[in-house]
Amino acid sequence: MSADFLYGVEVVINGLMSGVMYALVALGFVLIFKASGIFNFAQGVMALFSALTLVGIMEGQVPFAHLINAIFGTHIHNFGWEVPALLAIFLTVLVMVAFAWAVQKFLFRHLVGQEPIILFMATIGLAYFLEGIGDLMWGSEIRTLALGLPQGGARFIEDATAGLGGDDFYGFFIDKLDIVASIVAIILVASLVIFSQYTKHGRAMRAVADDHQAALSVGISLNFVWVLVWSLAGIVALVAGVMWGAKSGVQFSLSLIALKALPVLMLGGFTSIPGAIVGGLIIGVGEKLFEYLIGPMVGGATENWFAYVLALLFLVFRPQGLFGEKIIERV
Amino acid sequence: MTQVLESYQTEDGRTIGDVVLDLKNITLRFGGVEAIKNISFNIRQGEIRAIIGPNGAGKSSMLNVISGFYTPQEGEVWFNGKPRAPLRPYQVARQGIARTFQNIALFEGMSVLDNVMTGRLNHMKSGMLSQAIWKGKAEREEIENRERVEHVIDFLEIQSIRKTPVGRLPYGLKKRVELARALAAEPNLLLLDEPMAGMNVEEKEDMSRFILDVNDEFGTTIALIEHDMGVVMDLSDRVVVMDYGRKIGDGTPDEVRSNQDVIDAYLGVSND
Amino acid sequence: MFYREAGDFKTSYQADNQTFPIAFDRYRYWFVLAVAYLVIPFMINDYWASAILVPFLIYSIAAIGLNILTGYGGQVSLGTGGFMAVGAYACYKLMTAFPDVSILIHVLLAGGITALVGAAFGLPSLRIKGFYLAVATLAAQFFLVWLFNKVAWFYNYSASGQINAPERTVIGIAVTGPNAPAWAQYMVCLVFVTASALIARNLTRGTIGRTWMAIRDMDIAAEIIGVNPLKAKLTAFAVSSFFVGISGALFFAVYLGAVEVGEAFGINKSFLVLFMVIIGGLGSIFGSFAGAAFLVVLPVALKVVGGDWLGWPTDMVAHLQLVIIGLLIMFFLIKEPHGLAQLWKLAKEKLRLWPFPY
Repeated sequence: MSADFLYGVEVVINGLMSGVMYALVALGFVLIFKASGIFNFAQGVMALFSALTLVGIMEGQVPFAHLINAIFGTHIHNFGWEVPALLAIFLTVLVMVAFAWAVQKFLFRHLVGQEPIILFMATIGLAYFLEGIGDLMWGSEIRTLALGLPQGGARFIEDATAGLGGDDFYGFFIDKLDIVASIVAIILVASLVIFSQYTKHGRAMRAVADDHQAALSVGISLNFVWVLVWSLAGIVALVAGVMWGAKSGVQFSLSLIALKALPVLMLGGFTSIPGAIVGGLIIGVGEKLFEYLIGPMVGGATENWFAYVLALLFLVFRPQGLFGEKIIERV
Repeated sequence: MTQVLESYQTEDGRTIGDVVLDLKNITLRFGGVEAIKNISFNIRQGEIRAIIGPNGAGKSSMLNVISGFYTPQEGEVWFNGKPRAPLRPYQVARQGIARTFQNIALFEGMSVLDNVMTGRLNHMKSGMLSQAIWKGKAEREEIENRERVEHVIDFLEIQSIRKTPVGRLPYGLKKRVELARALAAEPNLLLLDEPMAGMNVEEKEDMSRFILDVNDEFGTTIALIEHDMGVVMDLSDRVVVMDYGRKIGDGTPDEVRSNQDVIDAYLGVSND
Repeated sequence: MFYREAGDFKTSYQADNQTFPIAFDRYRYWFVLAVAYLVIPFMINDYWASAILVPFLIYSIAAIGLNILTGYGGQVSLGTGGFMAVGAYACYKLMTAFPDVSILIHVLLAGGITALVGAAFGLPSLRIKGFYLAVATLAAQFFLVWLFNKVAWFYNYSASGQINAPERTVIGIAVTGPNAPAWAQYMVCLVFVTASALIARNLTRGTIGRTWMAIRDMDIAAEIIGVNPLKAKLTAFAVSSFFVGISGALFFAVYLGAVEVGEAFGINKSFLVLFMVIIGGLGSIFGSFAGAAFLVVLPVALKVVGGDWLGWPTDMVAHLQLVIIGLLIMFFLIKEPHGLAQLWKLAKEKLRLWPFPY
């Protein structure tokens, strides 16, 4: 096998890995959209916020330190303790659940029955709000996330594959973190599926996704289910935030990466969990391959737009997405 | 197929003319489901033609075929004596076919006046530049068409709600505004999909009066779907009966009433 | 008490069709125009022009443009920043290629070019609706910004990758470049704003506006009663992009003078203009002005209060600004989805009956 071809394969593998990341963010969207019809633009900012919160708690930072200092003229920054990772994760999950409850209580409760596009715009507002709050609470500098996840190239894969392509090929370079992320993603999806298929609350969730009115009439609390899905989406966001954050630092660009989840959803459909995963993989591989093959000819950085244009073209020819059925319109 | 080229007078003195719309062997499928199975019937100039049948018989699909929203897999639609190529719905509207909808399809964000003015779209020709400047042709045209629209508004007695946003109106009035929008187009053929659904007796009487007046005063040909048998039998000149996508009866109200297939479909038949 | 339509009978459809049916509104409209044209140019200084007035006017045009597409046409666009960039770069290329032609014509042509680009990116709207379309317009946003960044022809191969507006004059007075006086910048923008608002108003009350709204409210029914969806959607995209392009051209040539595409016309610009339209009021020309004014004044006010009076660090004020804008968006969507324009309308309804509401 020629080295060029093998490097192409490496690009595909790395594309798959980043596709997993996109899929993780997309998963959060799907959860909320299925249960409440809300297209949650703030999902990416939720990932950023949860990762910031995790770092802040671990480092024992005082929330809103800057604001407090500015108002009261104090100079506090740190509690002076460090919280172990597991406890910090647990606390962050609590914060995300509280956030879910607040979003439900103060925002969407007042928007019941509004058009989807209004709800969508409300989540854009939410995204701004949350981004500002995150920065105010924990500061806006780039943070490193020291969870002790393995990082760097996986040596053993590199060594094992080095012999494949002759002298010019040095083996596949795959980041260990990507492998961990993939495994975590698989566990996450599996547990979500188990939760929604085999537990009482999971069934309630699916019932609400199917038909709000019918679910209400058999005694399911919509409010509870919505808080539940927002909490789940918050947890998914935390996982995504941790993975992205460990890779490239916890910073604002995290929320932009989440924008990439949108074309993923367009490919896979807004309501399909498998769609989100397959869509994520397609986008991940597609943009890496395009950059590898075509990028050098047009000046590079095609990853900025490739996903969107791909999704756009795809939808023009197949408006119902990958897994959707053909829509029959009625009047 | 030979066409009957005669016209005749009805008992109340209206003239029913030549065939306007002729549906020939229409079959419509959605995936594997046949919504309409090999149906033929025609509509004559000036008549009121009813399509009746139980729920799910394919009546609305039939109207959708006529207005170009669905394209049948088999069969032909003849309009004004010529076979009609598959058209987009807006092209059908341009040929002079207007309609109302089973579930009211008004433009909720617009006022009654704007809704009805939208119905006159195909009579307005001024270009975008002229409209942007709003002098000369565009303004003249707007005012001319406004006069026509006011005529329709008068006719349907909705003057007082002219400037009200449609979203705020009660159901019965919305139905009337929808009729006004269709009438504003000055159609040759008016399709009404359950114009009286969900109305009380008085509202039905009003609506029936409007339908008869439209037919009488403007000579508009009308095809309507309706469930209220009393209304159908009183209003219509001829009736088509559909059941499970097939045509099971066609003729004057009296003929249809005595048709055994129709009675079976409506009353049910025992299978022993 | 004077704000009445009672006794003000309309005797022709022409009179009934006018923009301000109530006499008092007409007087106020002329008053505002008189102040804008005859008073402000003599009082303006650099700070007011660059901090508030000029950006307000330019964003008003962009907001009118987006409002035509989103508020009247019902198509949500997240590509406004990209289309503003098209206007800016088209204007730049025209200014440098034809230095003898008036800048006013260049700005108009830049609008026309943006209209074409907008219509091209509007083509998918025939097949894609709602959220899908909103996301699809992101393709325009990211692709266009990338294009202007990577293809050196667009910035005339300048080393910095920036574009700089050369000095251009209108009747002998510089309106672009560093020597342009504040009042001249203001007047150029004001003329474009006035024309844009009038044209937008005329288009939205006529046939074409009704086809846009028909598509917005119920696209299938609209098509069945005779609206050509292709024409309605593409004209909405084109007209909207025309205004957005003009605003982009002015933003670059008159206001900023030098532009780096990712910074000036990034995704945040798209959101900013969208917020102006939401807060101001979807489907309202007045709302476009109100929203633009609000979101231009808010950061300045916050900066003055937080930064200058309280002495807080600027980055914190910026974060507070995000929080406040986010809160306002949510607040408006909950309390009044039709924005400031609707509040204004309600106030007027009350005023019409005042002081005897019963």
